[in-house]
Amino acid sequence: MTERPTPKGELLLSLRGISKNFGAVSALTDIELDVHAGEVVALVGDNGAGKSTLVKVLAGVHQPTSGSISYRGRPVTLTSPSAALELGIATVFQDLALCENLDVVANIFLGQELSPLRLDEVSMEVRAWTLLNELAARIPSVREPIASLSGGQRQTVAIARSLLLNPQIIMLDEPTAALGVAQTAEVLNLVERVRDKGLGVIMISHNMADVRAVANRIVVLRLGRNNGVFTPEASNQELVGAITGATDNAVSRRESRMAEETK
Amino acid sequence: MSDPKPTLDRADSRVTHASGIGGAVEQFIGRVKAGDLGSLPVIVGLAIIWTVFTLLNPIFLSPNNLVNMLFDCSTTGVISLGIVCVLILGEIDLSVGSMSGVGSTLIGVLWVNAGVPLPLAILAALIAGALIGTIYATLRNRLGMPSFVSTLSGLLALLGLQLYLLGATGSINLPYSSTMVNFGQLMIMAKPLSYALCLVPCVVMLVVGLQTNAKRRAANLSAGSSGGLALRAGLTTLGLLAVIFYLNLGRGVPWMFALFVALVLVMNYAFTRTQWGRSMKAVGGNAEAARRAGINVRRIYVSAFMLCSTFAALGGVLSSARLASASQQAGTGDVNLNAIAAAVIGGTSLFGGRGSAFSALLGIIVIQSIANGLTLLNLSSSLRYMITGGVLAIAVIVDSLARQSRVSHGRA
Repeated sequence: MTERPTPKGELLLSLRGISKNFGAVSALTDIELDVHAGEVVALVGDNGAGKSTLVKVLAGVHQPTSGSISYRGRPVTLTSPSAALELGIATVFQDLALCENLDVVANIFLGQELSPLRLDEVSMEVRAWTLLNELAARIPSVREPIASLSGGQRQTVAIARSLLLNPQIIMLDEPTAALGVAQTAEVLNLVERVRDKGLGVIMISHNMADVRAVANRIVVLRLGRNNGVFTPEASNQELVGAITGATDNAVSRRESRMAEETK
Repeated sequence: MSDPKPTLDRADSRVTHASGIGGAVEQFIGRVKAGDLGSLPVIVGLAIIWTVFTLLNPIFLSPNNLVNMLFDCSTTGVISLGIVCVLILGEIDLSVGSMSGVGSTLIGVLWVNAGVPLPLAILAALIAGALIGTIYATLRNRLGMPSFVSTLSGLLALLGLQLYLLGATGSINLPYSSTMVNFGQLMIMAKPLSYALCLVPCVVMLVVGLQTNAKRRAANLSAGSSGGLALRAGLTTLGLLAVIFYLNLGRGVPWMFALFVALVLVMNYAFTRTQWGRSMKAVGGNAEAARRAGINVRRIYVSAFMLCSTFAALGGVLSSARLASASQQAGTGDVNLNAIAAAVIGGTSLFGGRGSAFSALLGIIVIQSIANGLTLLNLSSSLRYMITGGVLAIAVIVDSLARQSRVSHGRA
């Protein structure tokens, strides 16, 4: 495995003691998270571990019940999605959040249209093609409604949209879940390119191979709490143990059984 | 020799692109088959309705009858334009009839009874509309009240307000010799001016189209042919000239209708060429996605409900001019449903996310043609209601079927 030293980039985002309750359910409890410039932080955890909730807190969709967020050293409150966007935190949501009735260009520029009183369709279309070509996207036409695109194509449109505003931090919630082999590689390439440009990347994934391929640090969440920070060199058993919360679990039992059978 | 570099948007070999007039026709047929009907059903419907009524009574198609019809179209048409705004969001305003009644009553009470100058009275009516719309939007935004319920209660409350303002007399006549009533009943555009205005769309289409084409070529995007553009602009102008020539055989083009068309054009620009219009369609299509994209969804709701009620009040003002009175009957009966039906018949979807300002124009012409034709046939209003109801049902069925087809063809 190639050596990936933790970069000494500027501390972009720092979360301390973030909690989020939905009624009686505490989805997040005392979460701590740091993101530096030029690093990829992978956020892993089981279903219901609070990964998507944490992303939504950072995207300004949900407001945390308690705790503090500081961005480049200043305390900030992310009261709305536009507040997060203005700070430079862009998000690709798991459910993509695209408007199916609008075309690709309109979706990429949604809320950020050029010249609001006389839409500059030509410049927007050119910029849309540039972004999509950077992602090596296979979009047949940017003037078709999103409803006519496949899942992978929609994913690419959602990622292209997040890059539009030249953000400082990009959060990708399951970016490769709907993608083919080549597109997955492209997204991982993209993550690395974005990182090399000095941006911070937060990536959620269930795919350990993808996580190991690009992450500098792996932050594990379990039942809404921090459950350890790992390097990509950590063993599968360590990671799975932290994710599931037990060293004795279905995955480890299977692994030991397999090991015995091969003996 | 290498192939010329393909333009940015034509690089993908899997997509077929229409070229020439044949290709354009093919593309149009494909769109219709996929359920992207646009204004097609309403134009077909209008052709059928006009043929039937002309066969039953030739007076229907006489220039002066059409001019009368255009006068009648303008009042409800303006209300319908407001309905398009809320329908695009997937919302509804059931109180536009009562709101127009309040608008017309305010003209009577303020201008005729209290002697307030006419412009101020009109302004007061419009502000009243804007206020009511803001209340609906606030109820929706803050309390999550469905617009169906809030505007239904608004329907009753505003009707009550109208009756209260009118007091015991129940009816206020507007002075017949006033400009206001003239505007609603007599004022016709000068013939040379009406012909001159026909050329405006042609010039605008050509100039904007050529500019866009040049810009697209400069940006290495595919661009339409100048010939096709000239053809479209020419055909549009010829069509308009024919219509206006025919109307000028009678009294001519009513100024009130010209005002309505101007409002339609302004709203069409706002819907298609501004950030606000884009945000409206986004909120109507997927409000949560719009919110996450940083659009202020609440403000969009406020703007739509405000516009809807303001247009309703303006429609009421125009109808007081048309009828030369502000009475208890203003805005009651079928005004409400005609305005909503017109928007739907014209092709604005009840499901939100799709709609056009022109649907108000086309839809109200259909509704008014039916009303006018049945009146010419001396049919009672009982039959008129039933037939209009049937047409509305057909329009909604076409909308639902087209929507299903769009979903299955990936064009939702």
